[in-house]
Parts: sequence; structure tokens; C-alpha cells
Amino acid sequence: MWKFIVRRILIMIPQLILLSILIFFLAGLMPGDALSGQIDPSLDFETIEKKREELGFNDPWYQQYGRWISGVVQGDFGISFRHKVQVTELLSERMTNTLWLSLLSLVITYLIAIPLGVISGRYNDRIADQLITGYTYIGFATPLFIFALLMVWFFGFYLDWFPTGGSVKPGLTPGTFSYFMSKIHHMLLPAISMALIATVGTVQYLRSEIIDTKQKDFILTARAKGASESRVYNRHIFRNALLPIAAFFGYEMAALIGGSIFVETIFSYPGMGQLFLDSINLRDYSVVTATVLIFGLATILGSLISDIVLSLVDPRIRIK
Amino acid sequence: MSNRILEVNHLTTSFRIGDAYYPAVDDVSLTVNKNEVLAIVGESGCGKSALAFSIMGLHRQAKIEGEIKYNGQNLVGISPVQLNKLRGKSMGMIFQDPLTALNPLMIIGQQIDEVLFLHNPSMSAAKRKERVLSLLDQVGILYPERTYDQFPHELSGGMRQRIIIAIAIANNPSLLIADEPTTALDATIQSQILGLVNELKEKMDAGIVLITHDLGVVAEIADRVAVMYAGQIVEIADVFTLFENPLHPYTKSLLNSIPANVQPKSELHVIQGVVPALQNLPRTGCRFSARIPWIDASKHAENPTLEEVEPEHFVRCTCYQDFYLPGEREDGQYGVS
Repeated sequence: MWKFIVRRILIMIPQLILLSILIFFLAGLMPGDALSGQIDPSLDFETIEKKREELGFNDPWYQQYGRWISGVVQGDFGISFRHKVQVTELLSERMTNTLWLSLLSLVITYLIAIPLGVISGRYNDRIADQLITGYTYIGFATPLFIFALLMVWFFGFYLDWFPTGGSVKPGLTPGTFSYFMSKIHHMLLPAISMALIATVGTVQYLRSEIIDTKQKDFILTARAKGASESRVYNRHIFRNALLPIAAFFGYEMAALIGGSIFVETIFSYPGMGQLFLDSINLRDYSVVTATVLIFGLATILGSLISDIVLSLVDPRIRIK
Repeated sequence: MSNRILEVNHLTTSFRIGDAYYPAVDDVSLTVNKNEVLAIVGESGCGKSALAFSIMGLHRQAKIEGEIKYNGQNLVGISPVQLNKLRGKSMGMIFQDPLTALNPLMIIGQQIDEVLFLHNPSMSAAKRKERVLSLLDQVGILYPERTYDQFPHELSGGMRQRIIIAIAIANNPSLLIADEPTTALDATIQSQILGLVNELKEKMDAGIVLITHDLGVVAEIADRVAVMYAGQIVEIADVFTLFENPLHPYTKSLLNSIPANVQPKSELHVIQGVVPALQNLPRTGCRFSARIPWIDASKHAENPTLEEVEPEHFVRCTCYQDFYLPGEREDGQYGVS
């Protein structure tokens, strides 16, 4: 088991190097640079060129990449041009916010997906299943950012049940209970919005897995043993149908972290996604590359988690 | 009567295709006694498995009419709770494909344990484990202790079929239904599994319904044989009578399709055509007549019934006295009647 995990982590290294090169190039392809965005009209062209030379913007790509990557491996992503602070410092709080938001939406996603998928699969083609399937089709067709806007308008402004921005009410001391509750309160609406849309894939998947497993031969064996219908479902069908869902867990997590880009912007939630979009607009390279690298890392880690989870729950691919 | 484990009367199992129901098992009546092996033979699609599933109540969406009496108790229309008290306890079933009939996520021990647990709530876990190990030993598993903790994918097909047999016999059922237990296995394993079934037959004091399309298997362990064609029983007799004096054209054709039964260098008989699909099956006339076109159509009765032609030998045919196989004619020609 440990050997397998170590091997998987070793495979991650070339993946990460490739990812970092790609990110570095793509970021460089954005038109303009930090100086062209921040230009003071009184500055003359030569001063700007001199500044560019000083900052190393005219060096060949491998030197620039080398400088950047040697910093990155030491945990130094450089300084944000815009915010004038270390990128790591800027990111640490944002990352925590995004992580908690993603975890909360993940929990809500499964809280919705599992009962709906089970009902839908067990009573397939009956009225309950048709209602649930109808919801999943609507969910598939609805763009998250439009749905999120509706949620902000309805629950945020119209009903005023939830705050429409920020991650915590100002003036509360960190660590207190009311601070914690305020955090949850701020996270809840974006998390629910994301979960309601993200869950439909899982619902559909679980439904078809259950319908599939229902027709397997070992279900007949279970029935021939005299197992009751609920026992057949709980002990035999459900566990087998849940396997691929469990295997998707890591990817789902990574997708939610990535998906937070829109939601955070719409809910003005100070997370990585929001920072990412802002930084693109401001050509704040060091921040953009750092956030993309973290999104990429999350995806790679997600697939690692998926592999580990699958090997834990499915004896057929248990690694010795 | 006390000897009679199973009595099936006028059983009709129909499946819905489109808007209509089509019977896959059509007015079947048969009995199984204690210590008796009743073999049901026929081609694929004859309704053998549909019959077995009907007896076990495993059909989910079929319309079942008639009577299935287990020890005098009618199982048709019984509540699921009552049915579940019998399944696995009084009636065991051995399935066709051992590779898919076990839950891939449960260890072998648990899968056998489940059937004990369900029917013996007062039995302690330790007692059950002891029983599982002795069952594994009984079905010829060499290392019961090790196999107990293994998953199905770690075992061979033959071993898995032994596990399925262990599940079926765990509670000493008085009726055992084996649905083509050797079809998915290779020849050497087949004979081992048959040997095991034969052994159990003597030990268990149970009635066995053996479904197969392998006449070799029938000859080896059956006491009585029912031949099914297109949902109906066309001939039923004890095993010696059936092999020595087959009467129904279908039985004759089947027996003449076995290489060992044919003279060397002569042509092996092949039954023309296939069993018609359920919705295309003619519901009137002799159902087999379409596959023996060389027999004069006037010989077939409108609706042949199962008649007792000699004691305990029933045949559903009116043309059997005039029937001959193509090879048996001097000119050897097909269809010139």
C-alpha cells in the first residue's frame, strides 16, 4: 500500500514540472505585463524599458523560468505587483477560505446526491425517479454563474437570509464561536449553489450504477438466500454501486476547487478563485501563476486521492 | 404424499413484451420427490431457467399463474416475507455462472455466513463460522480457513461454483434447484462438480431439480427426465426409459445429436432451425412441427396434450409413431413426404 502511494507521488513530480512550464508559458502569453497595466502616463518609454530590464522581463525564457521555479520549490512565489506583499502571504488566507468552501460544497453535494441517486435508481422509471431525473437535466443545462446570480438575488437580497459578500462579519475575534458561525453563514449560500449544480452528475451516475447493479447475478444469489429487499439493497446493491462514486471523490474535490472561480467572484467571497480572476485583469503574473499552479496541484492530488480511495474500497484492486 | 417435496401444477410464467404477455413457461406440471433428481433438458430458450426462477420466486416482473406447491404449501402469490423464510433455508439454488454469482466486495466467509445468519438468528457468530468452515470442507475446498477470508476474484471458477453450492446447501434444504451448474465450467471441473452434486444427493435427503442442456449430465445423475420445448414439457419419463425408448421427435432428435450415439462416419443429426422467439411462438398446433418439415402435416394434432403412453412415461405428440429421423429413411432425403 505504502509502496503504491510513494510510487504515485513520484509520478507526480514530472507531472508537476510539466504543469509549471505550461503555466509559465501560458501566463507569459497574456498580452502586456505588470508594467503596461500600471503605467503612469508621466513616465517615459525609456524609464519603463529600464525598469523591465531591471526586473528581468527581457531575459530569455529559461532564465526567467529558472528564477521563478527555484523560488517556487522553496515556497517563494515572488511578490504581488498589485498588493505589494509576498504571494504566499496573500494566498494562505485565500486558500483556507477556498478549501473550506469546497469541503462544505462537497459535503452538501454528497448529502444531496446519495439519497436522490439511491431513490432514483431503486424506483427507476417511477414518478420519484422521473422528478429526480428532471432535476438533473435542469441542473446539467443551467450554467453555474447564472444560477449563482439567481441565488444571490433571491436568498441574499430579496429574502436577506444570507450575506452577499465577504467570508466573515467584520469586528469578530478569530477563534470565537460567533466568528466560526459567521464563517459558516458566509460560506453556506455559495456552497449550496455550487452543490446543487455539481451534484447532478453524481446523482445520474449513482442512479445508473444502481440500475446496473440491480441486474447483476449476485443479487439473485442474495435473493435466493432469502435476504429481504432492504437487505439486498443495503448490503449488496448499495455498496457495489457506490464504488465508482467513491473513486470519483478526489476528482470531485478538485473540480469543486476549480469551480470556485465563478462562485467566489459572484458571491464576492475572498478565496483563490476571486483572487485569480482579479490578478488576470491586473496582469499580476506572480499571483496568477501561483494560483494556477495550486489549482493544478489540487487536480493531481485529487486523482491521487481517488486512486487511494478506490484501492481501499475495492478488493479487486487492492495493492499488496 | 409425504415424500413429495415439490408439486408444480399448470404453471404458466409470462413475460411482458410490448403490450402483451407471452408465456415462457406454458402450463407445466411436474413433481419432485425426496431423494430424487429430476432433470429438465432442452435447448436454450426453452423456458428451463424461467421455470427454475419461478419456483424460487426470483422473477421480478413476470406474471405467474398456476400452483407451485412446496411440501403442500402453494408459493404462488405468497408474501415476500414468507417466501424469504423458505428461500435459502428450505430451498437452495445453484446458479449457472459462478463468475458473476458472488458479490465481488464480500469475503467468501461472509457470503456463506449471510445465509446462516438470515435463517438462524439465534446461532452465535462463532458457531456460524464453525459451520461455514465445515461447509467449505464438505464442498471440497482444500484450505477452508484461508478461503474464508478470500474474495471471489481470488478463486477459480470451479472453486467459486463450490462456494455457491455451499451457500445453497448451508441450511440443509429439502429442495435444491441447480440451474445449469456446469455450463460455465470446463470439462474436468464439470465432472468434479457433478461428482459433488451426486455426493450431496446421497447425503442430503433432498429433492433436486437439475436444469441442463447436457444429456451426458442427465445420464450421470438424473432419476427422471423432463424434456422441455418452447415452454412446454414434451416428454417425461425415468432416465432409463427416456434413453432407451425416446418417443417424442424432439427427444429423439436431441439424442441423435450426441456424437457418441451416432455410428462412426455417418452424419451427425442437426435439428433444423432454432427455438422461435417468445413473441413469434405459434400458440396452436404442435410447436415442434416447424422443425421436422419432412413429417406429413396431417399427423400433427391440433393441440397435442401430454399423454401417458406407458406407465410413468408421458409424451406430448401425436406423430411419434410415424416419426423417423432423416438418416433413418432409406433414401436419406429431407422433406419429401
